[in-house]
Amino acid sequence: MIQCENVYKSFGDRTVLSGIHFSISKGKIFGLLGPSGAGKTTLIKILTGQLSFEKGKASVLNNSVQNLTDEEKKNIGIMMDQFGVYDRLSCTDNLKIFADIYSVAHNVIQSTLEMVGLKNAMNMKAMDLSKGMRTRLQLARAFLHSPSIIFLDEPTAGLDPLTMKSIHKMILDKKESGCTIFLTTHNMEEAAALCDTVALLNEGVIVEIGSPKEMCRKYNHHKTIKLHLISGEDMELMHGKESADEIYQLLKSECIETIHSSEPNLETVFLELTGRKLQGDV
Amino acid sequence: MRNVLIIIKKQFRDTLKNKTVLIQFVLFPIMTLIMEHAIELDGMPECFFTKLFSVMYIGMAPLTTVAAIISEEKEKNTLRVLMMANVKPWQYLTGVGIYVWILCMAGALVMATGLERQFIFFYLAVMGTGFMISVILGGCVGIFAKNQMSATSIVIPVMAILSFGPMLAMFNGTLEKVVRFIYTQQLKGFLDGMSFECVKGESVGIVLVNACLLIALFFLTFKRRGLE
Repeated sequence: MIQCENVYKSFGDRTVLSGIHFSISKGKIFGLLGPSGAGKTTLIKILTGQLSFEKGKASVLNNSVQNLTDEEKKNIGIMMDQFGVYDRLSCTDNLKIFADIYSVAHNVIQSTLEMVGLKNAMNMKAMDLSKGMRTRLQLARAFLHSPSIIFLDEPTAGLDPLTMKSIHKMILDKKESGCTIFLTTHNMEEAAALCDTVALLNEGVIVEIGSPKEMCRKYNHHKTIKLHLISGEDMELMHGKESADEIYQLLKSECIETIHSSEPNLETVFLELTGRKLQGDV
Repeated sequence: MRNVLIIIKKQFRDTLKNKTVLIQFVLFPIMTLIMEHAIELDGMPECFFTKLFSVMYIGMAPLTTVAAIISEEKEKNTLRVLMMANVKPWQYLTGVGIYVWILCMAGALVMATGLERQFIFFYLAVMGTGFMISVILGGCVGIFAKNQMSATSIVIPVMAILSFGPMLAMFNGTLEKVVRFIYTQQLKGFLDGMSFECVKGESVGIVLVNACLLIALFFLTFKRRGLE
């Protein structure tokens, strides 16, 4: 559905994307994880035909992004943080414009607004919406014409955990309906919760790519088990027979409150690979 | 053509709620109605205010509104959303242009209520021509300006020349010699004569040259800047 082969992009002397290579198959969620300025939005702009690139191949729906037909473009939904909404118009009127453009029946507007949780704000002007509601409206606009590919640029940036969770559910629902989703984020929990495949992007280079779980397992160098005992004491045991025996004894004597494995999360993997945190440098 | 109609429909929905743009359309028609009914001086030409404000209307309303609409959409990134939804730049620009032209013509119809019936067709033809040229000029500004602030700073001096030039030329012969090359001054001459018989070939030529130059400027600006 989406393919990138050795894509390079520069702004003047500054190379912002270097040798980007990946492919996404139908019905999968692909997450591009990286800190601000890593090149995430630039890549979305390239894949949606908003930006040209110097070298390589980028294709969407098996066609080069530079030669997408009108019909193919109608099969793509895009939500970017920088995209605006018509402030003076209501949520319904905002969607009516795009329903007309995409030849979508107007009764779909209501169901789409219901899906994104804006049923009660249908007639509210966009200027009166909160940031979370505005994001939902932008999502509704991207979902309205039931595209087969959706690009989401930081869909939950700056939102509260509850709104974030509901947006995650919407994204997963879309995946369930067979939609292919490309999302960028700098939130590693979001990437781990949603994505089938994650690419870690640092300074325009993909430093690692794979499923979030595999990636965390791959970089689990310490292989320790952390125990928190009822007495309040914390223990860290290495993998091995001796540790297993010790844990068995502790379990038997009902001394353990919690047990955790110590594989790293995506944040730690990113830190290990780049020396940078996903949100700000170390 | 479908997308052009969608843009026109969108503009009707949006502008009716946009007081700053709406006022541009209604200001001169209302002022004309008030002044024509409120002021009567000895020796004042017939329909003086209608003719005077009509020229100002041609020089102001289409120019400022087209530039404001395009630059606002650029600034708020709604234009990009439309482009991503496969609306072509020419469809957008045509839609906005037609919408502004229609509203201006509606304003001109209101202003024409003070005229005798036999002059109305001529009056609307002159106004329609003027609006069309100003819409193209507004399009140039909208395409050139990156945001609303820069659009305003370009529009104000241009608008002052187009609207106030013909008015000030009534009191200054030297200025008249300069502004006669501007289409609004020639259109004022047409309105003063108020018949096809009074329209001189030279004046039509000046209006046509103005229109052609602005069309060329429009395409040049579009080629260099694009719509986004």
